Amino acid sequence: MHTATIFIELGGIVLALGVLGALALRAGISPIPLYLLAGLAFGKGGILPLATSEDFVAVGAELGVVLLLLTLGLEYNADELVASLRGNARGGLVDLVLNAAPGAVVALLLGWGPVAAVAMAGVTYATSSGITAKVLSDLGWIGNRETPVVLSLLVFEDLTMAMYLPILTAILAGVSLAGGAVTVAIALGAVSVVLVAALRFGRFIEAFVASPNSEVLLLKVVGLALAVAGVAQQLQVSAAVGAFLVGIALSGELAHEARALLMPLRDLFAAVFFVFFGLQTDPGSILPMAGIAAALAVVSMVTKLATGAYAARRAGVARAGQARAGIALIPRGEFNIVIAGLAVAAGAHPDLGPLAAGYVLILAAFGPLAARLVQPLITLVARRA
Amino acid sequence: MEIEQTALPGIGLKHEFTTQSGRRIAVVSHRTGRRDVVVYDRHDPDRACETVKLNDEEADALAELLGAPRIVQRLNDLHREVEGLVSVQLPIAEGSPYAGRPMGQARARTRTGASVVAVVRAGQVHASPSPDFGLMAGDVVVVVGSPESTAAVADILVRG
Repeated sequence: MHTATIFIELGGIVLALGVLGALALRAGISPIPLYLLAGLAFGKGGILPLATSEDFVAVGAELGVVLLLLTLGLEYNADELVASLRGNARGGLVDLVLNAAPGAVVALLLGWGPVAAVAMAGVTYATSSGITAKVLSDLGWIGNRETPVVLSLLVFEDLTMAMYLPILTAILAGVSLAGGAVTVAIALGAVSVVLVAALRFGRFIEAFVASPNSEVLLLKVVGLALAVAGVAQQLQVSAAVGAFLVGIALSGELAHEARALLMPLRDLFAAVFFVFFGLQTDPGSILPMAGIAAALAVVSMVTKLATGAYAARRAGVARAGQARAGIALIPRGEFNIVIAGLAVAAGAHPDLGPLAAGYVLILAAFGPLAARLVQPLITLVARRA
Repeated sequence: MEIEQTALPGIGLKHEFTTQSGRRIAVVSHRTGRRDVVVYDRHDPDRACETVKLNDEEADALAELLGAPRIVQRLNDLHREVEGLVSVQLPIAEGSPYAGRPMGQARARTRTGASVVAVVRAGQVHASPSPDFGLMAGDVVVVVGSPESTAAVADILVRG
């Protein structure tokens, strides 16, 4: 009987996600906000609370994060990361300072304390590379001259995340200042060791994983990613970062194949992850936070626009391109929810989850729409000039 | 003409240049094998106003269409530049000993000093064919070399 209810509930959730995804596709927005809304509706305090499948959904959500980060890592190879760091450190730093600040400031103003401030800084910092890549491709912006700038900022953000997540996990673990420093040092040491290993010995890992059979390849990649994620978790480095590093270590033809195989798996479990975050958030608690979330969204839209304009101008791109770079950087999504999820699970301030949910709902939905709406305007201005 | 190459992290590579008439065009090579031909806006040269997505097969076809006439033209240029060098087109007849055999077995270059630079089959140019390229009756083999060596290749292809 028990399995039957779990299947019915899960089937209902996944089916509902499918329908929502179709709607999002038609409206030309990212499905992530809709998945969050679905989670809110099915979760505690929602319209139709589900109970039996919660454990399964929780594990599925963790898997979703691991797969999200693994496929993200597969997109990059180590050389690209290094080249991008060299060429764009300045733009990347401006991005970090301008966009981490709003979240941190809001958390401090609300009196949530320094730990929540670090978490909120992460929530407002990262652009969703998934949504941005889709927007660039949908609007035919991939060939544009500001696009390499946008992409390298995304690479920079992802790398920063690899450093930031272990620090955040260590701080959230709530150890004393001295103990915290040790944990952070261990975490950063582990990340650096794996990064260097990936850079220099990536081909050995590739040789181990490579297989002409897609089934064997899939099992090896997922197995390796999960095992490394588990070990990383033990070291307080966060499972997500472990998976990200495995992805970076694999490159070339092998990475494409693995990515193609993993995509459907990732899409399924990532959707479950967004739902799970929504499930854990009481919709009633979002409303009081809505005003702050909207204000934060407006402020961080402006800071991302400024970031994009700054980085694009440095690359010698004209006015219109600078505006497009800024707009492409607006969407938030996967990472921001991952960070908020970590903070909520570690028992940060109870309002952090609802605020992050409201914030991501607004920006993940508005980013792609903004790009679509503003495009004709930018073109018009460029023609006049 | 200067071709500018830009890395697109996570996507692939972009090559772009400006034509003599002032239009800027680019080819985006996706890692997945997809190719985008991009034409930039006259008024906003940073913006791609037209992007044509091509799959592997379509990209190959376009490259063939753009490349084939160029090979013939380059050959003509070649013997205008170098005196004593000729290019001849040698048809493989029904009874040729090499019809249905890999080109390498004729050992044309070793025996004569002339090079096979292309094989034209059914209107399609196969540039720089490898030694294991199988010749067929009806093919036209394009050979470059001195008048004597190319004549010797013609002899080999007819008599073996």
